[in-house]
Amino acid sequence: MSAVPLLGHASLDAIFAYRPNGALRVRDFLADVEALAALLPAGKHLLNVCQDRYHFTVGLAAGLISGKTSLQPSSQAAETLRQIKTTCPDVFCLCDSEFDHLDLPRLDFPQSLTTTETTAGPRVNPEKVAKIPLIPANFEAVQLFTSGSTGAPVAHGKSWGRLVLNGRAEAQRLGLLDQPHSIVGTVPAQHSYGFESTVLLALHGNSPFWAGKPFYPQDIVAALNAVPEPRLLVTTPFHLSALLASGLELPAVDMLLSATAPLSVSLASEAEARFKAPLYEIYGSTESGQLASRQTTADLAWDLLSAVQLEQENGETIAFGGHVEGRVPLSDVIEIRTDGRFLLHGRHADLINIAGKRTSLAYLNHQMAAIPGVADAAFFLPDHESPDGITRLCAFVVAPGLSSRQLLAELRQRVDAIFLPRPLVFLDQLPRNSTGKLPRSNLQALYAAKVEHVER
Amino acid sequence: MSDAITPEIVEALLPEVAELIISALNLEMNASEIEPDARLFGEGLGLDSIDILELALVISKRYGFQLRSDNEDNTRIFVSLRALTAHIASQRTK
Repeated sequence: MSAVPLLGHASLDAIFAYRPNGALRVRDFLADVEALAALLPAGKHLLNVCQDRYHFTVGLAAGLISGKTSLQPSSQAAETLRQIKTTCPDVFCLCDSEFDHLDLPRLDFPQSLTTTETTAGPRVNPEKVAKIPLIPANFEAVQLFTSGSTGAPVAHGKSWGRLVLNGRAEAQRLGLLDQPHSIVGTVPAQHSYGFESTVLLALHGNSPFWAGKPFYPQDIVAALNAVPEPRLLVTTPFHLSALLASGLELPAVDMLLSATAPLSVSLASEAEARFKAPLYEIYGSTESGQLASRQTTADLAWDLLSAVQLEQENGETIAFGGHVEGRVPLSDVIEIRTDGRFLLHGRHADLINIAGKRTSLAYLNHQMAAIPGVADAAFFLPDHESPDGITRLCAFVVAPGLSSRQLLAELRQRVDAIFLPRPLVFLDQLPRNSTGKLPRSNLQALYAAKVEHVER
Repeated sequence: MSDAITPEIVEALLPEVAELIISALNLEMNASEIEPDARLFGEGLGLDSIDILELALVISKRYGFQLRSDNEDNTRIFVSLRALTAHIASQRTK
């Protein structure tokens, strides 16, 4: 069985990460990994909800060297956790902050690992670390989740070998193998984009990350100033537009990366002009991993990552090759150009993406209909998209005995907050046709009548 | 920066901040319907992180200071209307 190193670094003394109290070398990281691995419970499934990118990565690696799979759901809603518990009864969670872990066994990230001041608690001497661990290439390192149409989250297993290829393909595209950058990410380490573009790039793109996850514009500026140049900012259209609108003085950044939602050419142009750096967008999906990139201001067509291929049959586009696990049908309408690059023409109707979180209308309808007291319900995604991708869902519901507050409280248990309807419109009945179907045109008309004319 | 933020100062500022939330997020309710001590996230108003970024921007423009998270919990300042208002009262430069 072939094995692949945990990290691609040539030296144990290379810098792996930056924290507020200084830089950590590869050997410091490996010492923490070894110390944490000794504390992990017996279960083979690790739900890693650490907020700190370094803590998360130590947890991931400690799992890898102990044969544990990292579960990375797209939502931490109670219902999702319950379903994970059902599928993986031995699951335990690794936490570094407040987290409603329900009844799952919980391990808190030991403070002794990242603070040099304290000597109490588990520790391994970094100077004694002698080698970079090898991980079996076919070991299922990670499960990323998407929401299925019937309610249960669907797991997508990723082998360590493929993940390493994924990280290397992105690093190669961005030129990081020749010129490592310091990475500052505003996105969580758990979700596919943040996982690939911060964690995998740090492990196999030789580019140390900032451990924090800056959120407010001022935080992003401070994080960028805390790491050496050249710098790579891994972000989203929301964080980027807030940062540019803040009026703050922007630190030097050498490359910008954006994904999770459509980025307008105007925002891309403004970002490039203000930072004097190229901005690349990443295209991919949780199932396939990242597939392609483009420099938005130069060409709207996407350029596939190394060894990834697309094939079209019966109107569907399939990704395969390289780091892609198997053959993955894509949920976007895609036009492949003769030069091999491709254009995106929107998503297939039922699937929606809000702020980088994906789900389907069928899933949301199913969750709402399952709430006691709901007689009928339909979510609706309005057509008019705001320039940088924030469109709110609307829902129509027939639930005579429920108040809006009660219903939202129930729904919050089941779906991610980003999908909560705004507005939620109560009706006596839904405009179903004679066959019981609810055509989108009917919902469109209902939306126009009940919602649009009352907005600003 | 102001040195004595009394509960009265915060109380007096509540309606203005409530109005700011409603208008910035285009919520379908009146400012008076936001209970000062109810959670803005989760149960309560059900705001999410995109709302926070939008609000943070409006707040920085209106009151002349930048929001920062001193720890990983970006939502702490926004835990309730009263907490947010108290934060604004203590940090505002205009």
